[in-house]
Amino acid sequence: MARVEAARTRAAAASPLFTAEFAWRAARWSSIILLIVVWELYARSGEVTTFMLPPLSMVCERIWEDAMSGDLLANLWDTVYRALAGFAIAAVPGVLLGILITRLAPVRWFFDPVISVGFPMPKIAFIPIIVLWFGFYDVSKITIVVFDAIFPIITATVAGTRGVDRHLVWSARNLGASERELLREIVLPAALPQILTGLQVALPIALIVTIIAEMTTASSGLGGEMLHASRFVDSMGVFAALVEIAIVGLLLIKVMAMIRARLLHWHQEARQAKTV
Amino acid sequence: MVSILNVVRNGLYRYLPLLLIALAWEALARSGWVNELALPPLTTIVGAWLGLIGDGELITNGASSLYRAGAGLGIAIVLGGALGIFMAWSKPVLVFIGPLVELFYPLPKSALIPVCALWLGFGDMSKIVLIFLGCLLPVTLGAFNGARGADQELLWSARGMGATKLEVLWDVVLPSAMPELLNGIRTALALSFVLLVSSELIVARAGFGYMIGNLGSAGVYDAMFAVVLTVAFLGFAADRTYQAFQRRVLLWRE
Repeated sequence: MARVEAARTRAAAASPLFTAEFAWRAARWSSIILLIVVWELYARSGEVTTFMLPPLSMVCERIWEDAMSGDLLANLWDTVYRALAGFAIAAVPGVLLGILITRLAPVRWFFDPVISVGFPMPKIAFIPIIVLWFGFYDVSKITIVVFDAIFPIITATVAGTRGVDRHLVWSARNLGASERELLREIVLPAALPQILTGLQVALPIALIVTIIAEMTTASSGLGGEMLHASRFVDSMGVFAALVEIAIVGLLLIKVMAMIRARLLHWHQEARQAKTV
Repeated sequence: MVSILNVVRNGLYRYLPLLLIALAWEALARSGWVNELALPPLTTIVGAWLGLIGDGELITNGASSLYRAGAGLGIAIVLGGALGIFMAWSKPVLVFIGPLVELFYPLPKSALIPVCALWLGFGDMSKIVLIFLGCLLPVTLGAFNGARGADQELLWSARGMGATKLEVLWDVVLPSAMPELLNGIRTALALSFVLLVSSELIVARAGFGYMIGNLGSAGVYDAMFAVVLTVAFLGFAADRTYQAFQRRVLLWRE
């Protein structure tokens, strides 16, 4: 296989197709560069006030100032800590509960309706109640993140563990595997792709919810920072926070995709072409 | 008769856990172990809900919320669906728009709330634009993935039989994009509720979220619980209705 691949790459490199491919690849950057240029020029043209749309260069300057003063790092840490803590606290019981729902009928009986009703609910509406119960600080924010992120993890784990090939389970049992070995050697690896998909759905949710929680409680963190800026009609601060949050979101998703590729390097999906 | 009884019995068995949770809630709230303000009994909440319906407050605020969500989501479905299909249809469009979609897709959409408020103020327009921007990309990506998966042989045979480009788009590409497009819209529907409620909680003068925030800061917790549960129920009901619609639309696939 590897030799065929190598030959194919060489052939591609030698053919004129290579240059066309290269041009398309370069063209992929055109829209992003255009966006940056248009933002900068439009903001400086006088058509809009800098209050409505500050030029990107000034926004970058503001981000640099925040980074130098240490505000950026402090807020970044608060937001990422809350999102990841909530995500991690949702992940472990979410996967466990998913496995139990597949394996034990009473657990399935109790949680099936709870999840089918709870999953599509806009759980963000419960923020004021959670704040009423747990106060304004990290506990309430992390709780609402857990509450929101756990549902996709549970449903993905249930779908993954339920779909494990019966023949694999039977042969492992037949070869004398204990229940624990069965879980560790067969069920979890076979369900891993879907569990990871659930986690990949849950992570952006965790970040979205963290930011909303920070805004509604007007606390520290990137979301809180953004709200403060908008309360003080400091539009430069709003746009700086927007760019910062966008970068955090992009990085978290990329890291998660890398972890997936790493954990599933044995799986056939690792050989497929990458898509969007 | 027997079959109706069976349906009732099965439904009761299936949803018994929810009934048990409701009973546990009522018992816990009335037991005196927890502060009755922090956890009002369900019966009190139902009373408060009837009150809110009676004075029309829940209905006027609800109508303004549903108008915002519906308008934003509707525009996102039309434009996002068209955009996704054109991305799959033409390589230049894909090369130009694709990277922007990739760049903005991971943006936590809640970060747009203050930006929309800055541009459009506290009224309806800022929420509609927010929901439109938030829901656009899930719909676009669904339409794109679906249209890209259109069977090449079907496209060729349609062309071979003399269909124009537009006919191919309408009769082959759109139907094969349908399943994934509809899934994308389902994601967008859930997202629209999240963005609606949170933006109304943060900056608004009407709507469900505004009511929740207002009642909460006034300390009228039973009414606040009533509105929260109403929103939760509406989100659930919207998803169920949409799923039923989705199954109907995709009947031809089975």
